[in-house]
Amino acid sequence: MSLTRREFLHLAAASGLGVTVLGASRPALAMPKAGMGVLIDVARCVGCRACEGACKAYHGFPEGESSDLGPQAWTYVRFAALREPKSHLNLGADGASQRSFKVQCMHCADPACASACPVAALRKTAAGPVTYDAGRCLGCRYCMVACPFQVPRFEWGKVLPEIRKCNMCAERQAAGKVPACVEACPMEALQFGPRDSLLAEAARRIAGDRSRYVPAIYGAEEAGGTSILYVSDVPFEELGFPVVVREPLPAYTWRALGKIPGVVVALGATLTAVEVVVRRRMEMQREDGDRS
Amino acid sequence: MTISRVRVRPVRAALWLMALAGGVAAVIRYVWGLGAVTNLSDRFPWGLWIGFDVMSGVALAAGGFTIAATVHVFKLHRYRALLHPAILTGFLGYVLVVGALLIDLGRPWNLWNILRPLFLFNSHSVMFEVAWCVILYTTVLALEFGQVVLTRFRLWTLLRITQLAIPPLVVAGVLLSTLHQSSLGALFLIVPGKLYPLWFTPLLPVLFFISAVAVGLAMVTVEATLSARAFHHELEIPLFTDLGRAAAVVLSLYLGVKVVDLAVRGAWPLAITGSIESVMFLIELAAGVVLPLVLLVTPAARSRRGLAVASWLIVGGVVLNRVNVAVTGMLRGSGATYVPAVGEIVITAGVVSAGVLAYLWIAEHLPVFEHEGPPADHLPAGAATVPAS
Repeated sequence: MSLTRREFLHLAAASGLGVTVLGASRPALAMPKAGMGVLIDVARCVGCRACEGACKAYHGFPEGESSDLGPQAWTYVRFAALREPKSHLNLGADGASQRSFKVQCMHCADPACASACPVAALRKTAAGPVTYDAGRCLGCRYCMVACPFQVPRFEWGKVLPEIRKCNMCAERQAAGKVPACVEACPMEALQFGPRDSLLAEAARRIAGDRSRYVPAIYGAEEAGGTSILYVSDVPFEELGFPVVVREPLPAYTWRALGKIPGVVVALGATLTAVEVVVRRRMEMQREDGDRS
Repeated sequence: MTISRVRVRPVRAALWLMALAGGVAAVIRYVWGLGAVTNLSDRFPWGLWIGFDVMSGVALAAGGFTIAATVHVFKLHRYRALLHPAILTGFLGYVLVVGALLIDLGRPWNLWNILRPLFLFNSHSVMFEVAWCVILYTTVLALEFGQVVLTRFRLWTLLRITQLAIPPLVVAGVLLSTLHQSSLGALFLIVPGKLYPLWFTPLLPVLFFISAVAVGLAMVTVEATLSARAFHHELEIPLFTDLGRAAAVVLSLYLGVKVVDLAVRGAWPLAITGSIESVMFLIELAAGVVLPLVLLVTPAARSRRGLAVASWLIVGGVVLNRVNVAVTGMLRGSGATYVPAVGEIVITAGVVSAGVLAYLWIAEHLPVFEHEGPPADHLPAGAATVPAS
């Protein structure tokens, strides 16, 4: 018997939760760093990929359909076949066999990538987006390893490669505009706003149509909470959303890193003391030897 | 001073060939990008170079700080003969690790950002801490090895002055090593959802540190066996028997922590599922920990061959552990497939070959194996005299 990826993720999540309980440090649900975010409604999405096109047009990437996230595909509409057909909110029976949903950087409140980066090239801004500064980046790719959603992309074929990922249109936001993808969506499946109000809106939608929506908001607690939130009429696991621990991932690292000052002081003092004591004893032995 | 010549011409020619091939592959990597020589991908951004060249390389270089502490902190002077070879291996090991990193880093020209003033620091990054420790410790090793260079050029006064700085330097080296050996394990604490539960544990840093000490001791024996053959030395078997005993103690501690950790996390059932992870895990534990432990506590430990086999097994076990953590254990959780590309293997072989060639050259031109210190009248007052050999 061997674990499937899904079983493995469950197990990993369970052990992560175990650690959380032992550590008695529940993540704070209020996230001052959350800023703005996007609520994505899987039930409303018809898979037209207008968001993909708008993203590419705005960022100046080449047109055309992508097969996954990539250095020049910061958002991508994924399709998932359903185990049992379920009537689609907008497409009815025509869309019952599958669901589509947009994927991109989740813009975590406490991002694993930003905590992993040795030179702070990736940073969570107060406005919400997690941004990247190529001028600092070493290309060590630890951010890619650390990301639980496997979002950051690397330019493998370039001599001067960069890490590439969605920046929630930080420049547009700074100019008072909504992200390009949100503006392009014809079905109102994407909604831009302060994360707190988006959470309330998500809860309102679920409560307003309990027979349709699954009672879960993906991103509310995943990895300690993300600025991108999803609601859906199909369970997220069936759509292949990764099962991610509830605790912010940087906390796992900090439990070890935080012990360093203590280790340095204790070990440094011990070693120095041993060295001095042994040296003294040897000197005394030598003096005794000289005297006799 | 007599300098012995290695009479292993064919081996040396092969090493040059591999180093050259690695150099060519490195040029291709810089001209056409990482994708041209590696099988790395967005789902699997770290491979052989991080798992073997960097993580195993740092672990195998741990003999430098363990023997330095034995001689300079605990003042066990009978191990002095092992000190310079161990420090040389450590120093070359770290130089090679940095070399491999320069090939693996996507934007190596930005490496100096690690050293830039405070506003760039990310003290929450394990990578940041590892980078600083490696830079500082490589400097410490260079200074420690500087003693051999000073001896070669008979700069006795300078040697006498700098010897005073050695104990604090060694203490700093042990501290830095403790930090980054363990932190290489801590690098993977941030991937609880990706690293297979047979290896993911909050104790990763502790396990990495303990196994680094064990493999540091084993490497000293492996290296002594190899150089005894290359340079026609005699091995002082009792010395290595004691080293083996120390390795056995450290290895037992490692095994104990590992067994209990897996039990507490309830991960043992995963070891017998027959999956690729379980097979690799069992090989790592049986051949790399249990078998050498058995060899070291039985009469085999008093024979030259027994010691050599046990030490090689420990080295293999730790290398397999590092590769399992960085590669094998990460595959399923990343939903990726990865087998190192020819280019990755060629560059890794080139890096190792360059290291061996550098070691041979230095051993032939500097008094690495000679433990005559300066003439008696140049010894600092109270300095430990070197046992005559």
